[in-house]
Amino acid sequence: MFENLTEKLDAIFKKLKGRGMLDEETVATAMKSIRMALLEADVNFRVTKEFIEDVSQRAVGREVLDSITPGQQIVKIVHDRLIELMGAESSHLNLSNRFPAPVMLVGLQGCGKTTTAAKLARYLKNRDRRVSLVSADVYRPAAIEQLRVLGDRTGVNVYDSHGQSDPVRICVDAVEHGKANGFDTLIIDTAGRLHIDDELMDELKRIKDAVNPAEILFVADAMTGQDAVSVAEKFDALLAIDGVVLTKMDGDARGGAALSLKKVTGKPVKFIGMGEKSDALEVFHPERMASRILGMGDILTLVEKAQTAMDEKTARDLERKIRKDSFTLNDLKKQLGQIQKMGSLQDIIGMIPGLGKIKALKNATPDARELVKTTAIIDSMTEQERLNYKIINGQRRKRIARGSGTTVQDVNTVLKNYIEMRKMMKKLSKGGMKSMMRGNLPFK
Amino acid sequence: MTNNSDTHFFARLKKGLAKTRSNVIRNLDEMISGEKFISKDIFEDIEAILIGADLGPAFASDMIEAMKARAKRNELNSPDALTKIMKEHMTTILRTCESPLKIPKDEPYAIMVVGVNGTGKTTTIGKMAFRFKKNGIPLLLVAADTFRAAAIEQLGIWAERADVPLIKQKMGADPSAVVFDALHAAEARKAVMLIDTAGRLHTKTGLMDELKKIKRIMDRELPGAPHETLLVLDATTGQNAVMQAQMFHQEIGITGIALTKLDGTAKGGIIIRIAQEMGIPIRYIGVGEGLDDLRRFKSEEFVEALFGE
Ligand SMILES: Nc1nc2c(ncn2[C@@H]2O[C@H](COP(=O)(O)OP(=O)(O)OP(=O)(O)O)[C@@H](O)[C@H]2O)c(=O)[nH]1
Ligand SMILES: Nc1nc2c(ncn2[C@@H]2O[C@H](COP(=O)(O)OP(=O)(O)OP(=O)(O)O)[C@@H](O)[C@H]2O)c(=O)[nH]1
Ligand SMILES: [Mg+2]
Ligand SMILES: [Mg+2]
Repeated sequence: MFENLTEKLDAIFKKLKGRGMLDEETVATAMKSIRMALLEADVNFRVTKEFIEDVSQRAVGREVLDSITPGQQIVKIVHDRLIELMGAESSHLNLSNRFPAPVMLVGLQGCGKTTTAAKLARYLKNRDRRVSLVSADVYRPAAIEQLRVLGDRTGVNVYDSHGQSDPVRICVDAVEHGKANGFDTLIIDTAGRLHIDDELMDELKRIKDAVNPAEILFVADAMTGQDAVSVAEKFDALLAIDGVVLTKMDGDARGGAALSLKKVTGKPVKFIGMGEKSDALEVFHPERMASRILGMGDILTLVEKAQTAMDEKTARDLERKIRKDSFTLNDLKKQLGQIQKMGSLQDIIGMIPGLGKIKALKNATPDARELVKTTAIIDSMTEQERLNYKIINGQRRKRIARGSGTTVQDVNTVLKNYIEMRKMMKKLSKGGMKSMMRGNLPFK
Repeated sequence: MTNNSDTHFFARLKKGLAKTRSNVIRNLDEMISGEKFISKDIFEDIEAILIGADLGPAFASDMIEAMKARAKRNELNSPDALTKIMKEHMTTILRTCESPLKIPKDEPYAIMVVGVNGTGKTTTIGKMAFRFKKNGIPLLLVAADTFRAAAIEQLGIWAERADVPLIKQKMGADPSAVVFDALHAAEARKAVMLIDTAGRLHTKTGLMDELKKIKRIMDRELPGAPHETLLVLDATTGQNAVMQAQMFHQEIGITGIALTKLDGTAKGGIIIRIAQEMGIPIRYIGVGEGLDDLRRFKSEEFVEALFGE
């Protein structure tokens, strides 16, 4: 769809020279593509409309810098504005003026509240807070048990409500219990509910009034569509939320809801959920989100992921090689072990909209069983062959197969995968990896 | 939770129906036959409705182009014509997918329920169990989500509520092994198995492979199983639902869809795009969290509700 908005716009503006000013017509033409990109990303219709008007005004009359094309210039303006609107990085939780400080999680059914509660507990525990988890979900089957298991697993205290069936009472008692037992932070998990369910919405209000939370966080699924706005408006109007947690960001959803939520509530996205495990909580980065919404892939996160698994130097090496398009079979061999450590590279590739769907990529990562074979095959190559795969003809393939105790078919597969991998890397670097690694913006 | 939870869908449905008769779009009265009378606003309103229902910008723009073309040809000569034609168009797409699940009598039958995290798989199984049980179908619930905390307990409670047996192992057990056990029990009892699997994002290859493995084992033990692979989609989901459907289908082959959480204000319009592109039968809709909040999917009803506020 919009694998690369910049390229798309460049194609539209092929005739335009990369100089001069952005006129109204150019901007209007570009905005059609931008608008489609935003709507495809599930940014709310109304929010999109306002955004396009606003950013058009900002773009018209702006100078196109020497070094870039009009398409790049426009995408840059849009990207900058998105970042600005989504606000500064802010994972700050204001927990200082209450003891214990209750943090309340609210949201629709299945958005990830309980999982996020455990993640936050772990996060705060690692910051030396004494945390107790409280389940106020007396409705969903086994919800209390779910939180208990998660708490046990992360080594966080879980408040025992002794079968109490009134969520407000549970919370009030938990505060008392926290006070008495020296817990400075309570994380309150509430049942999922619809924003139009007056009775259950009122229950949240009563919990809020009873325990006066230090933070009320609205938990939203990154895959949410147009409805995100009406839901968030209701929750915010009733509870005056303090921030948003956007979950399931480890998928390939473009996550336009992030912009919509900020726009209608004015409250920052504080954290994102990047997986099911308790350590999969990350700080929200507006610039990455902006790229993602525009369909340019969450490439920085990808690189970061890769880096945590690889040691610094190898990572820098790889980065340089991808940049110079000089990733050899030697490098592949070195990477195999590392790739394993990264978990499934495909999981990471999956985070890039559009790429996850490309079938060819599935073969780009050798699976664990193939690892030994692949290594053997590369070992049987000459240094020359490893540096330049293009010279590996039929004759050489036969020799390599013999040397590694495999078949020509196997050798072919390894080479094919390697070539796919190079292609993929090229694709990534075209999509902005180069510049994203150097600076921050995919346009310079 | 509250027992009137499904009323919203039907309230919307009613409003949608009422609107066909009056007009769904504010300025529709301005529209008299012939291009020059049709105000631009009308098409903007239509676009807002379609995109607001998560049909996606591409679908909306195709639809509007088609409407404009008809207006030009003077085919739209009453205020109601526009919505009527749109509704018909959508209903036509959906009707091809209106195909209820048919379960053979006195044979083991396996239904594997899959989908991304939190869409409502386990709950839908609970509701299906209740429904089947009422129809006297012998049942087995199978706890093949051994991963998520308390997933087994959750399904266990639904099994109790619907009063049907549950096959389970410990948390962390191999889901294939649970299914293996269940298959033999189901075969002996000629029961319908409802298999609950862990939520997984369609982009996670390792987890998709796990589903493939479960399927392989089922087919080996009971040729033809699973007879139904039901993808559960959340109506609140936006454009990503198309990816979900495509990837699950590509990886394990989907034979049916259930669309949950239609009792909220989300319209679930994305299902129309999925129907158009993939033609997979839509079996059920979920309209609440209670045992009987499951309905058969009906195209007309769905489209009417989509136009309701
Ligand atoms: N991949 C992924 N899955 C997540 C994330 N956060 C939560 N989940 C999964 O989403 C599903 C629902 O999560 P829960 O925490 O039970 O959601 P909830 O909001 O508490 O649900 P209710 O209490 O029923 O309203 C589970 O399968 C979680 O493992 C995330 O960031 N990434
Ligand atoms: N309002 C409403 N809520 C629903 C519906 N179906 C499911 N839910 C709720 O959505 C939440 C998630 O449902 P589950 O059945 O646990 O979802 P799941 O797909 O099994 O979740 P995982 O196994 O964690 O991936 C629960 O709070 C359910 O009560 C529905 O049709 N309407
Ligand atoms: Mg929960
Ligand atoms: Mg489940």
